[in-house]
Amino acid sequence: MTTETTEADMQPDAVQQITDEERGPGRADRFSALAQQHGALVTLLVAMVVASLSFDTFLTGDNLENMALSSAFLAVVALGMTFVIVTGGIDLSVGSLFALGGVVAAWGSQYGSAVALLLPLAVCGLIGLVNGLLIARSGLAPFIVTLAAMLGARGILLAITDEGSRTYLVDKDSFFATLGQGSLLAIGVPVWITVALFVLGAVVLRRTRFGQYVYAVGGNEDAAALMGAPVARTKIAVYVVSGLCAGLAGALNAAWLLSGVTILGTGMELEAIAAVVIGGTLLSGGFGFVSGSIVGVLLLKVIQNVINQIGSLDSAYQQVVSGAFLAVVVVAQTWLGRRRRVL
Amino acid sequence: MTELTLAQGRVDRDRLLRLLQEYGVYAGVAALLVFNFAFTDHFVSAENFRTQAVQVAPVLIVALGMALAIGTEGVDLSVGSVMALSTSLLSLYLGYGPWAAVLVAVAGGILIGLANGTLVAHLGVQPIVATLALMVAGRGLALVLLPQLKDVRDPGMTALGSGDVLGVPYLVLIAVGLALLVAFVVRRTTFGRQLLAIGDSRPAARLAGLPVRRVLIVVYACSGALAAVAGVLATARLTASDPTSLGTLMELSAITAVVVGGTPLSGGRVRIGGTVAGAVLIQLLTTTLVKHDLPPSWTQMAQAVVIVGAVYAARERGKR
Repeated sequence: MTTETTEADMQPDAVQQITDEERGPGRADRFSALAQQHGALVTLLVAMVVASLSFDTFLTGDNLENMALSSAFLAVVALGMTFVIVTGGIDLSVGSLFALGGVVAAWGSQYGSAVALLLPLAVCGLIGLVNGLLIARSGLAPFIVTLAAMLGARGILLAITDEGSRTYLVDKDSFFATLGQGSLLAIGVPVWITVALFVLGAVVLRRTRFGQYVYAVGGNEDAAALMGAPVARTKIAVYVVSGLCAGLAGALNAAWLLSGVTILGTGMELEAIAAVVIGGTLLSGGFGFVSGSIVGVLLLKVIQNVINQIGSLDSAYQQVVSGAFLAVVVVAQTWLGRRRRVL
Repeated sequence: MTELTLAQGRVDRDRLLRLLQEYGVYAGVAALLVFNFAFTDHFVSAENFRTQAVQVAPVLIVALGMALAIGTEGVDLSVGSVMALSTSLLSLYLGYGPWAAVLVAVAGGILIGLANGTLVAHLGVQPIVATLALMVAGRGLALVLLPQLKDVRDPGMTALGSGDVLGVPYLVLIAVGLALLVAFVVRRTTFGRQLLAIGDSRPAARLAGLPVRRVLIVVYACSGALAAVAGVLATARLTASDPTSLGTLMELSAITAVVVGGTPLSGGRVRIGGTVAGAVLIQLLTTTLVKHDLPPSWTQMAQAVVIVGAVYAARERGKR
C-alpha cells in the first residue's frame, strides 16, 4: 500500500486520479477497524448493562461466579481454536477431544494427580499432532481431517468407557480435584487458570516469532513460505496447541464435575468457533486476537444467562439467539472487512 | 529414456489414482457386499436388504443436497437442524392433513436454505459459517416449536413410512427418484452447468456473466428442501417427531457420503452416482461391524479412517 502511494506521488498526473478509497486508511476505515476489534467488547458491555438493569439477580456474586466458571472451559477450548483459525484452518475435533480429555483425566486420577493432568494432555496433544501432520504434510482440508478426528476421538472415548456405560470418578480430596473445585480469592481455580492461559496465549501470538509465523501463514501461505517461515511446522503446532487446550479444558471440567462425563462436548466445536468469530478473528485467517475470543465466550454465556433469567422463555431460544447473533456478527465482519481491504 | 519411463510411470500412477477415486467407492461397496455374503449370517434376505435400504434413504437424500453445495465449493452444515425443523413443523401442522403438513415442513426447509443462500451469495459470508449459524438457530427453532418428542399418529404418514410398491418401500423409491432427478439437473441442465462453473471458479463464472448469486441461492434452497424431505421421511418411518435428536451429526454423514463418493471439496464436480454409493458404503460399513458384534465405537473410528482415506486419494488427483 505504502509503496504504491509513493510511486504515485512521483507522478503528478496520477495523484489527481487517486480516489479516496486508494488513499489508504481514512476515517471510515479506521472506524471499521475499531468496530472489528472492539465491536464484541462494546456489545458485551451493553448486554451486561442491559442485563443488570433488567434482572436484579444478574449482578450477584453467585451468578457472576457461575458464569465465569461455565465460561472458563469453553474459553480454553476457544483459545486453541483462535490459533488454528488465525492460520486459516479450523478444528472440528475439539468437542470430542474435550470429552476424551475429561474421561482420560478421570481414569488417570486413580494413579495420582500428575497422571490425571498429563495423560489427557498427552492423548489430546497426540491427536492434535496427527491432525496437524495430515493437514500440513499431506495438504488435506483441515475441515475434513478434523472431522475425521472428531469421529475417531469419540470412538476412542466410547471404546475406553465400555460404549459410554462406565463413568470414572475423581477422588474429591486429590490435588487434581482442587484444580476444578478449589477457589482463590473467591474466584474458582479454573477461572484463574483460564486467565493465565489467555495471557500466555496473547503473549505467544503477539510477541513471539511463532506468533508472527501464525499470522503470516494465515495471511498468505505462499508469501510466508517465500519469506522463510516454516509453514508446515507452524500449522502442525497450532493443531497441537488446539488439541492440548481442548484436552486441558476437558481435564479441568472433569476435576470440576469430579467425574469424566462421556456425553459432554457435542456441539462444543461450533460454540468455540462462534466465540472466536464473534471476537473478531477472521475465518479466512491472518487476522485475530485471543482477547476477542474470551469476549466472544462471555458474550455467548451472557446471552444464555439472560435467557435463563427470563425463565418463561424456553432454553431453546438460546440457540435461536446465538445463531442469529453469530449470523449478524459475521455479516458485520464481512462488511467491515470488505471496506478495509479492497478485494 | 529414463525420464520417459518415469513420466510414463507417473501417468499410470495418476490414472490408477483417478480410477481409485472414481470407482473406489463402488469397489468398496462390492467388497463389503462380498464379505457379508460370505461371512455374515442372515445377511442375504429380502428383509435385511429392505431394512438397509430404508435406513440409507434419508442420509442419501440429505447427501444429494450436500453434493450440490459442495459442487459450488460450499458446504451445508445446517441440514441436520433442517431435518429437526421439518419434523417439528410436520407435527404442528398434521391437523390440517398430511399433505399440508409436508408442504409446510418442506417450505420451512426452503426458507432456511434461502437464508443460507442469501448469507453466502449476497453477503459474502463463508458457507461454513453461514450454515453454522443456521445450524445453531435452526435446531433452536425446532425445539421452540416442539419442545419434546411427540408421537405421529396419522395413517397417511404411517403409510408413507412403511408402505411399499411391489416390495420396494416408498422411502427407497423417493430416494432413488430424487437421486435421478438431481443427477439429471447436474448433467443435463443449464443450471447444473452454471453450478459446476461456479464451483470451478467463482470469479471466472462471474466474468462469464453467469447469475452466480441466483444459482448459489437456489443451490442452498435445494439443499434445505432435500433435508426437509429427509426429515419428513425419517419422521414417517419412526412414527414420531423428535426435534432433539433427529438429524444430529447428519451433516457429517452426508459430507462423508459425498466426499467418499468422489466429489472433490474444492468444487466444480458433482458425482451423484458416487454419492449414492458413498451413502450405501457407510451404511454397509456400520451394518458389517454391528453384525459382527463390534461395538459402535468401532464404527466411528472406521468412518474416520474411510473419510481420511477418500480425501487422501482425492488429494493426489487435485495436486497433479
